[in-house]
Amino acid sequence: MNLFWHELKGELLLYLRSRELAFFTFLLPMILFVLLGSAYGSDTIDGYDGATFLEAGMIGYGAISVAFAGLAIVLVIRREAGVLKRLRATPLPAPAYVTALLTSYLVAFALEVVALVVLGKVLFGVEIPDEIPSLVLALLLGVVSFCALGIAIAALIRSAEGASAAVNAIYLPMAFISGSFFSAHSFPGVLRGMADVLPLTYFIRLVRAIMLDGEAIWTQGTNVAVLAAWGLVGVIIAVRAFRWEPHEG
Amino acid sequence: MNAIEVRGLRKSYGALEAVRGLDFEVRSGEVFGLLGPNGAGKTTTVEILEGYRKRDGGEVQVLGTDPAIAGGAWRERIGVVLQSSAMYETLTAAEMLRLFAGYYREPRPVDEVVELVGLREKRDERVRRLSGGQRRRLDLGLALIGDPELIFLDEPTTGFDPRARRQAWETIRGLRGLGKTILLTTHYLDEAEQLADRVAVIAHGQIVASGKPSELTGTAPATEIRYRENGREVVLQTDEPTRVLNDLTGEALAQRREVEGLVVRRPSLEDVYLSLTEESPE
Repeated sequence: MNLFWHELKGELLLYLRSRELAFFTFLLPMILFVLLGSAYGSDTIDGYDGATFLEAGMIGYGAISVAFAGLAIVLVIRREAGVLKRLRATPLPAPAYVTALLTSYLVAFALEVVALVVLGKVLFGVEIPDEIPSLVLALLLGVVSFCALGIAIAALIRSAEGASAAVNAIYLPMAFISGSFFSAHSFPGVLRGMADVLPLTYFIRLVRAIMLDGEAIWTQGTNVAVLAAWGLVGVIIAVRAFRWEPHEG
Repeated sequence: MNAIEVRGLRKSYGALEAVRGLDFEVRSGEVFGLLGPNGAGKTTTVEILEGYRKRDGGEVQVLGTDPAIAGGAWRERIGVVLQSSAMYETLTAAEMLRLFAGYYREPRPVDEVVELVGLREKRDERVRRLSGGQRRRLDLGLALIGDPELIFLDEPTTGFDPRARRQAWETIRGLRGLGKTILLTTHYLDEAEQLADRVAVIAHGQIVASGKPSELTGTAPATEIRYRENGREVVLQTDEPTRVLNDLTGEALAQRREVEGLVVRRPSLEDVYLSLTEESPE
């Protein structure tokens, strides 16, 4: 347990020191929220207040930015630089390392959600959500699933140079298609078909159901099940394909 | 007491037999050099001893434990410097050491390690601003922070300039003075000659010679005597250097002339090494 806290402190320091991570995974969702919110936050989207609708979408975007994209890129870089291999020679147990790493991303995401909610309240008058326990559970499920998928994609990427490109090529279109930035209702059929497969779609639906309709999480069986299934796929790939050593060139 | 015992070690990658039946032992408190050209099987061997790779055959004991099944308690007792220095670029040298110190039950104090590897002026510098040699020293510091009994150094000075190399050698000698056992791999002969108590020369996955550096050179080709005569270089190889020299210089003295450009050279480890590693054992 002491090792876990020690490593968590180290990971949080590393997170703060990385400007790229801080910007792309942390600040960018907030900047987009401010920009999009200013553009059509006062419109009505799918029958809801635009800013509130957007805030839920931005929480989804934040989740994949931090837990999926940020984690995957960091893991590939550490693996290819040989840092993970180095850690294997120390007495730090792998489970302590992995849980501390994931917890640091969980903390980053929690701060991100708080920042988005505060921004929404201050700039656009979005109400603080009522169903806090359901929302927290939904966010936890989402962040754990996307972390699993992030580790899985890191296991499939072979070089540090390709990491950012590959991760961006997946998560940016996914954010768009799953309706982080707009309502997916106006999308053509092909995109809506794709959206029906993507995990982010179900996470955003889940968050919107809780934040916009005041639903509790246990009424959202389909959304929870699909999201958890994706998380499970991530765990399976991660366990099978993840390696600690660099792919020697 | 042996820190490391290796018997009949084998490892293949597909059809390639990287290690083909190695036997050697490293005694506690000694610096043991595994010397050989690139691709000889040095790193494969060391990575099996460090617990990174599984062997295909043979017996291996490192600090009395099979590294393939060793756990955290065993890792408390070893220190590893890999071929490349892998670090968190955004941390300072001292932060990096402090982070790693936390992984061990009884680490050495960070400032003591900073001194030991000669990074006092750079202790609060970010890793990404350190020079290649400074990174390598920090790397060594990370291997020492847990106060291990046994240290693996895989080509610790590759890419160093001569001055940085000398400094690294001094540091490694210092570790020996602390009673640490060191397994060093290198393809630099002078490094093995300077640092190692005993050396095993490895080529094509097999040990082709082993012993003290002085013993190895003792089995070497003859002593070489060179001089110039009438502007031409004369090279003599002899097993009786005393007699040959006496004849040569006696004759010159009698004729009251100087032997020009006289050089007497004992075979170096390099000659032994080249003669041992150049031919394939097939």
